[in-house]
Amino acid sequence: MLDFSRPTALPEALALLAEHRPLILAGGTDLFPATERAGLSGRVLSIDRIAGLCGITETDAGLRIGAATPWAEIARHPGPPGWAALAEAAVEVGGRQIQSRGTIGGNLCNASPAADGVPPLLALEAEVELASAQATRRLPLAEFLTGPRRTALQPGELMTAIHLPADALRDRSRFLKLGARSHLVISIAMVAVRVRVGAGRIAEAALAVGACGPVAARLPEVEAALIGASPAEAPDRIDPATVAAALAPLDDIRATAAYRGDAAAVLLRRALADLPDEGTT
Amino acid sequence: MKDAAAPSLAFTLNGQPVSFDADPRRRLSDLLRESGASRGTKVGCDAGDCGACTVLVDGAPVCACLTACGQVEGAEVLTVEGLAEAGRLSRLQSAFLRHGAAQCGICTPGMLVAASALLADVPRPSEAQAQAALGGVLCRCTGYRKIIAAVCDAWREDVADPAPEPGAAVGARLRRLDGPDKVTGAERFGADDWPESALLLKAVRSPHPHARFRFGDLAEFASRPGVAVVLTAADVPGRNRFGVIPPFADQPALAESPARFRGEAVALVGFEPGADPDLTGFPISWEALPDLSDPVAAQAEDAPLLHHDRPGNRMIRGYTRRGDARAALADSAFSVEGCFETPFIEHAYIEPEAGSAWLDGDTLVIRACTQAPVMDRDDCALVLGLPPERVRILPTGVGGGFGSKLDLSVQPLLGLAVLKTGRPVRMVYSRRESLQASTKRHPSRITARIGCDAEGHVTAMQFHGIFDTGAYASWGPTVANRVPVHASGPYRTPNIEVEAWAVHTNGPVAGAFRGFGVPQAAIAQELLYDRLADAAGLDRLEFRLRNAFRDGDTTGSGQVLAATGIHDCLSALREPWTKALADAARANAADGGAALRGVGVASCWYGCGNTALPNPSTIRVGLTAAGELVLHQGATDIGQGANTVITQICADALGLPVSDFRRIGPDTARTPDAGKTSASRQTYVTGRAAAAAGAALRREVLRLANAGDGARLRLEDGALIVEDGAVRRIELAALPEDARGYALSAEESYDPPTQPLDADGQGVPYAVYGYGAQMVELEVDPALGKVRLLNIVAAHDLGRAINPLLAEGQIEGGIAQGIGLAMMEEYRPGRTENLHDYLIPTIGDVPPVRSILIEKPDPEGPFGARGLGEHVLIPTAPAILNAIRHASGAELTRLPALPHRVLAALRRAGK
Repeated sequence: MLDFSRPTALPEALALLAEHRPLILAGGTDLFPATERAGLSGRVLSIDRIAGLCGITETDAGLRIGAATPWAEIARHPGPPGWAALAEAAVEVGGRQIQSRGTIGGNLCNASPAADGVPPLLALEAEVELASAQATRRLPLAEFLTGPRRTALQPGELMTAIHLPADALRDRSRFLKLGARSHLVISIAMVAVRVRVGAGRIAEAALAVGACGPVAARLPEVEAALIGASPAEAPDRIDPATVAAALAPLDDIRATAAYRGDAAAVLLRRALADLPDEGTT
Repeated sequence: MKDAAAPSLAFTLNGQPVSFDADPRRRLSDLLRESGASRGTKVGCDAGDCGACTVLVDGAPVCACLTACGQVEGAEVLTVEGLAEAGRLSRLQSAFLRHGAAQCGICTPGMLVAASALLADVPRPSEAQAQAALGGVLCRCTGYRKIIAAVCDAWREDVADPAPEPGAAVGARLRRLDGPDKVTGAERFGADDWPESALLLKAVRSPHPHARFRFGDLAEFASRPGVAVVLTAADVPGRNRFGVIPPFADQPALAESPARFRGEAVALVGFEPGADPDLTGFPISWEALPDLSDPVAAQAEDAPLLHHDRPGNRMIRGYTRRGDARAALADSAFSVEGCFETPFIEHAYIEPEAGSAWLDGDTLVIRACTQAPVMDRDDCALVLGLPPERVRILPTGVGGGFGSKLDLSVQPLLGLAVLKTGRPVRMVYSRRESLQASTKRHPSRITARIGCDAEGHVTAMQFHGIFDTGAYASWGPTVANRVPVHASGPYRTPNIEVEAWAVHTNGPVAGAFRGFGVPQAAIAQELLYDRLADAAGLDRLEFRLRNAFRDGDTTGSGQVLAATGIHDCLSALREPWTKALADAARANAADGGAALRGVGVASCWYGCGNTALPNPSTIRVGLTAAGELVLHQGATDIGQGANTVITQICADALGLPVSDFRRIGPDTARTPDAGKTSASRQTYVTGRAAAAAGAALRREVLRLANAGDGARLRLEDGALIVEDGAVRRIELAALPEDARGYALSAEESYDPPTQPLDADGQGVPYAVYGYGAQMVELEVDPALGKVRLLNIVAAHDLGRAINPLLAEGQIEGGIAQGIGLAMMEEYRPGRTENLHDYLIPTIGDVPPVRSILIEKPDPEGPFGARGLGEHVLIPTAPAILNAIRHASGAELTRLPALPHRVLAALRRAGK
């Protein structure tokens, strides 16, 4: 292949990928910062023009987000209530410049512990679609992210889409991020919550916390404690000790580990207290 | 990156079809700049952290540094050069000039382009919309408020203000005279121009804070394709030691083993134009040595010495003693004591160090961003073994300096490579190099005690400060000497003893950063003042008013003050203070503890010019035979506005309008020495020289015309018209050319009258001081420790506001840096070497600022003016910390006040 290919059809991209294992370039917002050189090296496969890789479409099962969809498009998309957390995260991914080019699939494949896209997608029970020249498979996001900067993506595979189930998208959701400044900030901690309310009681809850461990995580024990509570009671059901026990934060320049545990519980409470009324979008 | 055999790339640039033979994997920013298609597109980080390279691709703002050229094939690209229509500034560009939204101008293209995308969607945006749209572009100069104002006001058709009458330029809110180039992208900064065929220089830098190193086969590396030259310390022809303070000069241009700090340059490689500047495999082996990172441990008897002639790694002690502080503290009704710690702070100008150099006959010409052209010339000459007259420094536009561009960076390396190769060269630091190798604000550890009597009159202060000056001297001596003079704050302190040590470690070189150590000292003093006021049962502002200097008071240095403005500044805060306290009390009562609101105040004073040392400035002004008025303006404008302010002063002294002036320089070959842009000295010191030169030329004109003092001058068709009842016409072409090449000219110097300090720090260290006080309102989130600033009021006595628009810009910009110092900034070598781990305030982090300009004329200043540039940063951080304490009880003693530290302090306070 040429050093730079920019195919418009997926099969062509997958064939190049299978044969040459090029660097996959989408928005470039993680690849370029990783080098001080004037450009990328080696064979580069640009996936920003591939039909079906960009855009948000309704499916029978919910929503499909093309993996190369930039954050700006996600922020603009008027989704159902469950979409709110993802849209709120979208405007926190860098500044507008990053949101114009940085893609949701790139955010997941880069697998930073502080990736803004991960907590809302975990809370939404997202699945990722991975295609190779041979096959296409789907994985729950939690299985795709195997560690800090590590994923289940196999050589020759390309992430093609993220699928969000319709049920989760109907729920109320919220995303909150804490950082030391107001824009362009790597999170100290961030949370996404999704809550299903039936007959005035919480029937299902999904809580995800990012930047507080090697990978963002759901908090099943804390979620379980919310079942049966009224939405108003929910914040008080967040037990900081249970939250902290579910996380594995580190001390770093941005905060101490202990602080992160505390902050995650506070953010979860606030997100639950500040959930939009059901049905709003 | 090579473009050999590169496929053709076509897109639309600013409405015109363009095509390049460019590697599609290359950064779009690199293509735009290297090809010359758009050098208005700036590069500040190559990582998407600063937004300076923002361009629109099909209408969407993107970082050109993160965009592969191949991805814009067929797209419409808009850069700053495409904003003006048919040679006329757009409304947005005019609004930037009208509001003073561009200072140094390096972020301006990115701001303008990002704002243009917003305005295309929302012609009259709200403040919040402007902030959201510009959150991705960092500015280090303006404090953002004027940028927000300009964007929100950009819908309006620009109407030029009437030009001030001759003699009325001083005091006018003039748009900066060098502004148009900053908003069109035409301004040329260090990285923006280079001679054809220039070699590209890259430095090999130490990966360790302290390490021995040995070179391998340099000749082999030098013979690689694309490598033109390899240089090491062995190639330095002159004295391989530079330093801003000659007796302390100790820093090598290229280190000999061992390297003393992480990022120190040890070798230089020149690459042929177009070659990939790849240092991979450079033949060097490193042996890491134990390093000193703690300035207390560095003073231990068995600690290894960084410099053999500085025992205990102690470089210098600054000292001031007056009265008997110990005894007075023992007798004081109240006393408080505290220890305070601040980290390395990075200047984080958006323009990394850059320049180019070449030979012009026998003369080495170095064109680079700098704050100190003549010092650069003299120090480069020493390092390169040349007489100073064979070195010419051509300062470029300076994309932010704040003190760090007083020190040499690229200049001696450029010069060395030119001398060794005979070829033109250029060099641009990467953001990582800039962070590693540039100077920093000194980390401080300060212990202080302050006492007062039963009525709240301050009786005494004891102050001991250790300042980590890093591996080399830089401005460490200045910090050690400035701190003792200023440690009392602008308050009567009859008994005082201050000791400030500058101590070497293997940290980055600490040098000058807006305030030279005074901001760190003010944190200790002003935080203790709040505790002392509480102890004495006094309102915190009243306590300060009670102790504020009055005319005739004596400073800790024994200097009797005149024209002291601090009382006026604090008094101006009385009304907002009272209201803010009431608002806070009401909010806290109503809110039930969800957010804790507080108010804080702090003051500053700051001596303008060098501390008890000469620092003259010289200004030349001339009229050509053709009737052109030329100002040789050698004071580098780093965004603060010297080009405008010095012209305003000279214009009024001469009596001709600002619009008649053409500026030359700075250029060491053409402008007399106006000294360095530091120590808040240009408006005052160079301003005095400009006033004297303008007045001298006026006297000469009046003498020729035999006219009285009140005569009115104007230029008309190569003649000078002098009206004094009668109208006289001086035909300039008819006059003989003077020694400076003019029909008429004048050159005048000014040096502040100071007196040396004795062993107890007694003397007259400065001829002029400026004063200020700031008040901060904020909220503390008691559950997260997160602080939200609500409002800042800043009252500064600048003697005379030569240009109120620019003065406000200084205040807002200094406040933004104070916010960073207080709340988020901490440089850690190896850990924060980029602009996403090293945080500076963004457009959402600076609250509304109300500036109150106090004009208490200084008898020594030009038209009464004092300096302002550094003063404005000093009160912000302590006012914030005092407001946090007022809101929540949290006492922060270690900066920055990151949320986890605030929360821990809250818990210590039992909240």
